[in-house]
Amino acid sequence: MEPSISTQSKLDIQSIREQFPVLKETAYGKPLVYFDNAATSQKPQVVIDAICDYYMHYNANIHRGVHFLSQKASAAFDQVRFKVQQFINAPSEREIIFVRGTTEAVNLVASTYGRQHVNAGDEVLISAMEHHSNIVPWQLLCEEKKAVLKVIPMNDAGELMLDQLPQLLTKKTKIVSLVHISNSLGTINPVKEVIALAHEMGIPVMIDGAQSVAHSMIDVQDLDCDFFAFSAHKMMGPTGVGCLFGKLNLLESMPPYQGGGEMIQSVSFEKTTYNEVPYKFEAGTPNIADVIALGTAIDFLNSLDRKAIAEYEASLLMYATKKLSVLPGLKIIGTAKAKASVISFVIEGVNALDAGMFLDTKGIAVRTGQHCTEPVMQRFGIPGTIRASFLFYNTMEEIDLLAEQLSKAIQFLKPQSVL
Amino acid sequence: MSTIAEREKEITEDFLLFDEWEDKYQYIIELGQKLKPLASEFKTDDRKIKGCQSSVWLHSYVSDGKIRFEADSDSTFVKGEIALLINVLSGQEPEAIIHAELGFIDEIGLREHMAQTRANGLASMIKQMKLDAFTFQHKTA
Repeated sequence: MEPSISTQSKLDIQSIREQFPVLKETAYGKPLVYFDNAATSQKPQVVIDAICDYYMHYNANIHRGVHFLSQKASAAFDQVRFKVQQFINAPSEREIIFVRGTTEAVNLVASTYGRQHVNAGDEVLISAMEHHSNIVPWQLLCEEKKAVLKVIPMNDAGELMLDQLPQLLTKKTKIVSLVHISNSLGTINPVKEVIALAHEMGIPVMIDGAQSVAHSMIDVQDLDCDFFAFSAHKMMGPTGVGCLFGKLNLLESMPPYQGGGEMIQSVSFEKTTYNEVPYKFEAGTPNIADVIALGTAIDFLNSLDRKAIAEYEASLLMYATKKLSVLPGLKIIGTAKAKASVISFVIEGVNALDAGMFLDTKGIAVRTGQHCTEPVMQRFGIPGTIRASFLFYNTMEEIDLLAEQLSKAIQFLKPQSVL
Repeated sequence: MSTIAEREKEITEDFLLFDEWEDKYQYIIELGQKLKPLASEFKTDDRKIKGCQSSVWLHSYVSDGKIRFEADSDSTFVKGEIALLINVLSGQEPEAIIHAELGFIDEIGLREHMAQTRANGLASMIKQMKLDAFTFQHKTA
């Protein structure tokens, strides 16, 4: 029996949409349908206002001015560290490091913890569905240290083959870095299970939470992950800022990442002593405005019924899966049992770029290509996919339009011999 | 035999018929569908210009001192773009190809959509066509 799809939600989607100015825009004179949320989410007015407000009313460098403005900016900035701590349920605010985004967070851990602990012949374990940003920093480390990068394989549904994990976790494994939700397949990985297994062998685990942070409630203590990274721009916040959570004892034992102001305690030409965690990892003037706006994005998400949002997003995915899978020649890539609201697909005889551009002419924004996960495409033997990714401000009507226009795209683009 | 400038002018005039990007897109797809496919023997890795979104195979050869281009892509839209470039550049003298400014790409409004198709290799393809022209010119000099 087909699962019932509830198109009704406890959420007032229209009033949520009202708060996102971009959703009122048009593309080529047609109402914009934004289905590229896995790339970046749109921003509510309050987040945009927070950035303007900072620059208009209290722009100042933080943590060094004795003056009114600097104190005001410092207080606003520092408050966000506390908000992030609460948001992901970290034990201490000192475990939150502001970075440029998930990519920088992975690079930070690879360059500090990685350099410190990974030596010749050691192993770093990632998975077959990592974004390039959780592959390349580890490859750079492994090349430098003559270490080995190992990969947890996945099955045809796009699920990790965890039965292989006991063989892959060895005495040589120094760190596991794993994506929480795949950006190209939508798979939600059982990270808690992997973390527990790795911890049995004393191996720390880093979680790439870029895709999970907007969709689900994150509890780093429940997960028991050692590091957790995410970007603000995928969770209604601005670009250019993200966070790295790290367990305090690990952060304290790690060498600094970059040198500069703020990260030092005292400097002389003979010897520099470093500031305490988290400042040790935050060299230079931070991205003050965007950190403050990240705090506003967290307030915004907290103001919503997040359980109802998760249910609604699940119904969007189920509805889209039902509507799209009946289209001729369409094949969904990524059919894991546990999936976030991301639907990736290929269409027999139709090039992904051509179809994506067709949808674009109708005002529908999707992503096409490899989604920065080239090994995933190689695994499935395809050049790329068309990806529609949904957030709570999307509607069933928008999915109807996607299905209708995709059907037209297939008619228009498919060679007559295939039809 | 018309010059590069004359062919560009013809294309620009054709595109004047379209106001909407949607219509231009459909026209370019149709051009792509009509482009003669490249013989499979020429679809080799050394003729491949790899992009993130699509691949292009470019086969260049000289006949009567003029350079001829044949090409293919896995994307029909990119094939349409190729058809436009072949129309303008194929059969021209190497010197003319090297110095072609290809202003029609801006004039027909394709440049605005280049960011989207940036990865599809159109720019790399033009570069490769010019490079091939340069190579042939120096071989024969």
